[in-house]
Amino acid sequence: MLRGALGKTFRLAGYTIQYGCIAHCAFEYVGGVVMCSGPSMEPTIQNSDIVFAENLSRHFHGIQRGDIVIAKSPSDPKSNICKRVIGLEGDKVLTTSPSDFFKSHSYVPTGHVWLEGDNLQNSTDSRFYGPIPYGLIRGRIFFKIWPLSDFGFLRDSPNGHRFSDN
Amino acid sequence: MAQSQGWMKKYFKSFCKGFFVTVPVAVTFLDQVACVARVEGASMQPSLNPGGSQTSDVVLLNHWKVRNFQVQRGDIVSLVSPKNPGQKIIKRVIALEGDIIRTMGHKNRYVKVPRGHIWVEGDHHGHSFDSNSFGPGSNSGSCACDAGGRTTEVSLGLLHAHATHILWPPERWQKLESVLPPERSPVPSEEE
Repeated sequence: MLRGALGKTFRLAGYTIQYGCIAHCAFEYVGGVVMCSGPSMEPTIQNSDIVFAENLSRHFHGIQRGDIVIAKSPSDPKSNICKRVIGLEGDKVLTTSPSDFFKSHSYVPTGHVWLEGDNLQNSTDSRFYGPIPYGLIRGRIFFKIWPLSDFGFLRDSPNGHRFSDN
Repeated sequence: MAQSQGWMKKYFKSFCKGFFVTVPVAVTFLDQVACVARVEGASMQPSLNPGGSQTSDVVLLNHWKVRNFQVQRGDIVSLVSPKNPGQKIIKRVIALEGDIIRTMGHKNRYVKVPRGHIWVEGDHHGHSFDSNSFGPGSNSGSCACDAGGRTTEVSLGLLHAHATHILWPPERWQKLESVLPPERSPVPSEEE
């Protein structure tokens, strides 16, 4: 009887490991569901919205200007930030507010991206901590699942003037 | 005829079952527990690759140890290169967040390592050639790490693994010690 129970335990452990690994591979290489918190991406993403993130683009370097990405926070590797990509490496970005009289620009270094939240008044982003390395990007958010009133693909940035001019 | 077809279907079914078990488990193991990498470049001499381009060391990379981003000064770690996200670099941790370190180079100034960052350096201070670049195509179950380039402060989020042992060539089997070169220890701050 003990052998039966032991056999069952091992089988359960085996299934747990197997499905755990499949889930890990799915989240790491394909994508998953994420809940966002905070006001920095309003009105595009509100607090407690649930979105779908895909992790394929970052492996194939498919992240583009205007994409909303999830990245590891540069000051706390255990937490994630959710912002929009304003500039890629080599782009010229505006580091001051457009209402300032003296505008200052800088160039995004190689291997880095410049992130900004859509809610410019209430967002701690690259204007505060500078450009972040591309390697910190975890995935790209492209679809909102909840609330159902806002179901669908995500809108473009409401701050169009922040993008670099060609 | 029908008998051999039934046999093939059974074989295919059990192959698929085995495939969907072993591939995710192997991939998860290599991503989360440990993997093996060959070191290229000379900026970690003499600890790694003392023979230059003749023999490349192969190191054991331990992901499990850094899953909570816990590293000590003197550890040899691999991280995603901040300049080239498709490449991994391997360096020694010199200072942790909050440490004040004297940068060696043309500007001898003091830098305080920001929160969430670590300061890494190669052991070979005289060396300063550019990193070779590897694409993801050169990886196949193991990752190739590059040891070129200079000193830099990097975000802890880029941390990939802790290099614990040299596995190849056999005459260089050893455990990599976490020693900090004495001239690179952090400057004590006034509060202490």
